[in-house]
Amino acid sequence: MEINEKLLRSIIEEVLNEMQTSNSTPNVSTPNNSKSEGIELKEIGKAEKGTNSKEVVIGVGPAFGVGQTKTIVKIPHAKVLKEVIAGIEEEGLKARVVKMYGTSDVSFISNQAAKLSGSGIGIGIQSKGTSVIHQANLDPLNNLELFPQAPLINLETFRAIGKNAAKYAKDESPSPVPAKNDQMARPKYQAISAILHIKETQHIDESKGTQQLDVKFI
Amino acid sequence: MRSKRFEVLENRPVNQDGFIEDWVEVGLVAMDSKYDPKPSIKVANGEIVELDGKKKEDFDMLDSFIAKYGINIENAEEVCAMDSVKIARMLVDINITRDEVIQYTTAMTPAKAAEVVSKLTVLEMMTAISKMRARQTPSNQCHVTNLRDNPVQIAADAAEGALRGFDEEETTVGVARYAPFNALAVLVGSQVGRPGLLTQCAVEEATELTLGMRGLTSYAETVSVYGTEPVFMDGDDTPWSKAFLASAYASRGLKMRFTSGTGSEVLMAYAEQKSMLYLESRCVFLTKGAGVQGLQNGSISCVGVPGAVAGGVRTIVAENLIAMMLDLECASGNDQTFTHSDIRRTAKNLMAMVPGTDFINSGFSAVPNYDNMFAGSNMDAEDFDDWNAVQRDLKIDGGLRPIKEEEAIKVRNKAAKALQAIFRELNLTEITDEEVEAATYAHGSNDMPDRNIPADLKAIEDMMKRKITGLDIVKALYKTNFEDVSNSLFQLLKQRAAGDYLQTSAIIDENFNVISAVNDANTYHGPMTGYVISDERWNEMKKLNNLVKPEDF
Repeated sequence: MEINEKLLRSIIEEVLNEMQTSNSTPNVSTPNNSKSEGIELKEIGKAEKGTNSKEVVIGVGPAFGVGQTKTIVKIPHAKVLKEVIAGIEEEGLKARVVKMYGTSDVSFISNQAAKLSGSGIGIGIQSKGTSVIHQANLDPLNNLELFPQAPLINLETFRAIGKNAAKYAKDESPSPVPAKNDQMARPKYQAISAILHIKETQHIDESKGTQQLDVKFI
Repeated sequence: MRSKRFEVLENRPVNQDGFIEDWVEVGLVAMDSKYDPKPSIKVANGEIVELDGKKKEDFDMLDSFIAKYGINIENAEEVCAMDSVKIARMLVDINITRDEVIQYTTAMTPAKAAEVVSKLTVLEMMTAISKMRARQTPSNQCHVTNLRDNPVQIAADAAEGALRGFDEEETTVGVARYAPFNALAVLVGSQVGRPGLLTQCAVEEATELTLGMRGLTSYAETVSVYGTEPVFMDGDDTPWSKAFLASAYASRGLKMRFTSGTGSEVLMAYAEQKSMLYLESRCVFLTKGAGVQGLQNGSISCVGVPGAVAGGVRTIVAENLIAMMLDLECASGNDQTFTHSDIRRTAKNLMAMVPGTDFINSGFSAVPNYDNMFAGSNMDAEDFDDWNAVQRDLKIDGGLRPIKEEEAIKVRNKAAKALQAIFRELNLTEITDEEVEAATYAHGSNDMPDRNIPADLKAIEDMMKRKITGLDIVKALYKTNFEDVSNSLFQLLKQRAAGDYLQTSAIIDENFNVISAVNDANTYHGPMTGYVISDERWNEMKKLNNLVKPEDF
């Protein structure tokens, strides 16, 4: 796999212009407590279904903060989580963060997050940044709001995602976060996105299920 | 010191594109991977017991499905043993008819089909497409969407798109819950522009089926199939569940096709080391096996992936050809932005535009690039005149025609007013005269006033609860003095009782005649055969808006 690591690095450097990759991809079977720029993620056991109707569960992908520490446009995961959580708290609700080891598919990450959430509302975030707001009683491939183009999601959007999710949790009908559309994201990023997703999928570990995360911003 | 030449080149649009070296181990390779299986087949007691190097006991669910339903078993062993170059030559040989070639191509295995097309240059593939596409008359499809899911604008753009010559129109959503309004708007707008046009709304599958059953759409396309088992499972699906969904459409007399395309499996990280083309070939055979009349392929939403690797565009032409070789309708993609370069996108689109396919683009964006909610198309509303000029330059039928500004304004206005009337009659949200006016003259959603989105979403929920159907729309139009549009919509609904448009490659003309591979079968076998542009059509294509006449000087 030595060659693949090199290839990945050269591609990302070339296209994303000095995106910093982690020095090594940690072995999936090692304990996945992780520290990266601005954040410490600690796994504290299997995530349980919540009973607090004032919570929104944020589900992150299996490589989040470990194999990958930034989105496809180099936003550090620490900042992503900070904004989403801030958006939720702004509405007076609580955020709970879990990590999905069973899937890297954002529809399922977000739907499962919603199913764990005491309010029935969840947010799914892939390591590359693709995000979905989901509701427990919807089909996985349906959603409340979908943000399919990871390169277009900035911190402002992440905060708005948190805020809107909290509003749904309060049974409000918020105006959806304005959709962004950049037809040029595909030619520039889609193949990179494939590589990042392949990398994330390599972190799937069914035996670990969904882990509750203790998040510390440092 | 930097070379000024290299600096200039670096800043060209093409260098904004992502180009990637093959990564064969994970399937990031266009075709001919060393990990692709060699074609093989064994039949015992009327059953396929070996397929492309795998014994029956090792079949995954795709192999099982394809072995049971996807291959013409009678000639299978004989065809698999044939030299692939020989079959490739049959595809381009004008002395061998399409009917004859189909006997061979429908008896191939997925690996054999991929191997056969890999023997062709793109020029030969284009020749083969001229002969192998199912419907003789080529056609085109467009996208009608916008950034704000504004239904008034959708209706107006659908009407103009219809006038420009598209035979199918596809909408989708920014916000999923808008689907019923978007479906309704594109349906009504299309019938104002040109009676008989078919429309669809690409959304989550259960919603899409509901909209079809309610008569708010006339066909479906976004029923996706994939080339590996894990990707199928990711979507909570199997080939059988997709086939079941296909029969649900058929049972209600609705046209439908599957969608697949190179790159999806590697993008979803489960390519099982196989090349994009081999996996796509499996999708085409699956589609055939499900008994579905057609397929939209040509990479579609994953086009950035084959677009980034060597030979990727050639592979896209090849996958379209495989669909035609299996006697399926082929909506050939060219529908999503894959490059910053006008030269690259034109070169790619010519591969389908020159030979003509059932739907050259699926679709061509009938709205400005920024409003295209399929993340941009290969061709957009800004390219209408270029397309018309290329048709005229090369005398090829790309399905469009030049239209006059006043005609466009007229149908846009009528479509917006018709939708306004329906909304009032059915107690949905208000469409103001200001919105009708804006939609009449708009280029895109930047020219439209904002709507009250939460109110729209509430009205949509209510509309679905009240079980509003196509017939309610027919009545509403009739009551509000849009009798002609009402009648078109009613004719369209009647088609699903007749069922003729379930035949391969069906489109419906303005007099509600079905044109399909049954009554318009492709008979191309060399010069001056097959589809020949009529004088009437040529005159229409020639009349660009800014023609200068010699006598004016």
